[in-house]
Amino acid sequence: MRRYFLIAIPYVWLLALFLVPFAIVLKISLSDAAIARPPYFPQFDWAEGIAAFLAELDFENFVWLTEDDLYWKAYLSSLKIAVISTFFTLLAGYPIAYGMARAPAEWRPTLMMLVILPFWTSFLIRVYAWMGILSNEGFLNQFLMWTGVISEPLTILNTNSAVYIGIVYTYLPFMILPIYSALERLDGSLIEAAEDLGCSRLSAFWLVTVPLSKNGIIAGSFLVFIPVLGEFVIPSLLGGSDTLMIGKVLWEEFFSNRDWPVASAVAVVLLLLLVVPIVLFQRNQQKQQEAEQ
Amino acid sequence: MNTSAFEPWNDPEAKPLIHFQNVTKRYGEFTAIDNLTIDIYEREFYALLGPSGCGKTTLMRMLAGFETPTEGTIHLAGQDIAPVPPNKRAVNMMFQSYALFPHLSVWENIAFGLKREKMPKHDIGDRVEEMLRLTRLEKFARRKPHQISGGQRQRVALARSLAKHPKLLLLDEPLGALDKKLRQETQFELMDIQEKTGTTFVIVTHDQEEAMTVASRVAVMDHGKIIQVATPDRIYETPNSVYVADFIGDVNLIEGTAKPNGSDVYAMSWHEGHAPLAVQSPNGFSDGQKCHLAIRPEKVSISADKPETADNAVQGKILDIAYLGNISTYHVELPTGAVIKAQAANTRRIARRAFTWEDTVWLSWTATAGVLLAE
Repeated sequence: MRRYFLIAIPYVWLLALFLVPFAIVLKISLSDAAIARPPYFPQFDWAEGIAAFLAELDFENFVWLTEDDLYWKAYLSSLKIAVISTFFTLLAGYPIAYGMARAPAEWRPTLMMLVILPFWTSFLIRVYAWMGILSNEGFLNQFLMWTGVISEPLTILNTNSAVYIGIVYTYLPFMILPIYSALERLDGSLIEAAEDLGCSRLSAFWLVTVPLSKNGIIAGSFLVFIPVLGEFVIPSLLGGSDTLMIGKVLWEEFFSNRDWPVASAVAVVLLLLLVVPIVLFQRNQQKQQEAEQ
Repeated sequence: MNTSAFEPWNDPEAKPLIHFQNVTKRYGEFTAIDNLTIDIYEREFYALLGPSGCGKTTLMRMLAGFETPTEGTIHLAGQDIAPVPPNKRAVNMMFQSYALFPHLSVWENIAFGLKREKMPKHDIGDRVEEMLRLTRLEKFARRKPHQISGGQRQRVALARSLAKHPKLLLLDEPLGALDKKLRQETQFELMDIQEKTGTTFVIVTHDQEEAMTVASRVAVMDHGKIIQVATPDRIYETPNSVYVADFIGDVNLIEGTAKPNGSDVYAMSWHEGHAPLAVQSPNGFSDGQKCHLAIRPEKVSISADKPETADNAVQGKILDIAYLGNISTYHVELPTGAVIKAQAANTRRIARRAFTWEDTVWLSWTATAGVLLAE
């Protein structure tokens, strides 16, 4: 009995905080927009019964998503931004994780602390801070002009570059931590064995270190890729008018257009798209656990 | 002397494969290797034996190239190897943890070093198959290291380190992770493989039995110094110091003063009121010099009556008996309070054992049974 109770807690949690809201969103996505409060139709009415209610629902909004090219372009553009920024996060995160894992043991908790430290301030404030750094009169341009590298200020803010910078900065810890934990467990004698068998330092890195931190790389990449795909704050604060991301489209449908049904349809499709990487991520985690046993 | 015996160290003409010349290794204030000079010959099975922290692993890591000497030079086949990085040395190492690559199969692990040499593909295949046959691993070629047993992993590590035909193979506690029975079997396998391949082996171990079994010569180390290098039998029978005598096997040490009594023969007075002990020993002692008689328990015989012909005989009382199945060790307390261990084979069932606790017995040994040691 107690066992069932313990198992039930996470399921109730999941039901209340994910499945029920999802069902509501799904229902809205099948409704029609209406000038009302809430701004969609039909509302469930006990008097008319469930059959009449269901008869009012249709897939019109999903069809609409395929008809207007804004949506699939936004999905594709989000995908592209997510892939590229995951790649850059990996590029920046791997050396940091490697340096941390190679640092003397007494330094590691401090370094770990420094990686997590940014979470102590609000994410929003940190993104605003980047606006101050990247704008035309911002610190970066002032500094570059002071050193004489450039004579005209660079336009970074409100471009895709600013979005990439913001994403890489924000999501870096999610990349570093799983890679670090994989590298920290790496047995140093494996590298020595590779060198003993004729590898140079560099080839030992590619043939031993990288394959053995593969699970960390995969985990970190998914931890960055999945949230970035639906990212809204960074593109809307740092991006320009041509930065197309599905999170931004979703926001505009909800709050500018007040078209809740189409917005819900966008959200449902986004969720379905995310199921694929999430399943892959889960499988990777499972494989890792099996390998450790 | 048998001329066919393998004893290059006695041949003044023989050139050593490895030559350590006044090698010192310091880590800050700590001296791991202290002004050490040794020679290791081709085809030797050389064991470095010592307690943990004695510098034996440092010595091996210097041979592999993971450490460089602070002072002195190391020559391999006449060439100074200090500037040669580990990946360019004709030396391979078998790691204590085996260090098998967990993401590669047994086959790929063995092929790893060969692929780095840019060997043609079918030659790699042939060589790997050969190594698999040598180590009887043919059936496990496709498995990953975590899918095979500890003993099999040990053999993969050996196959991988031998695959590149190294001039010198280093083995760092190669059998430490195996249980006793498997360890004994593997010792003979190692000797067999060493003989078949003709590779020079240097093994690091803290297990004296292992060193004695496999090695052609044993180097006993302590605090970064070599205390004695000799064949296993000489290490055991004629240790050069109390440290070696005590470290290798079981030993009785009797303290006394030497009195020369003919060439190489001494009368050692050890306790007032007891007759001096007759000892024949090659080590020179002056009259009245303090010395230790080191004598192995199995060379002390135990009897109920005083033996008539023995060179040395003392009486005592049995304090303790350690029954080990095949043999028993009797701890006999002498009237002086000293305890001497004597070993006897259990030729009869335990119920018919001749001696028991509190029995008064005679211990006897010949003049040549022990050695006199200064320190």
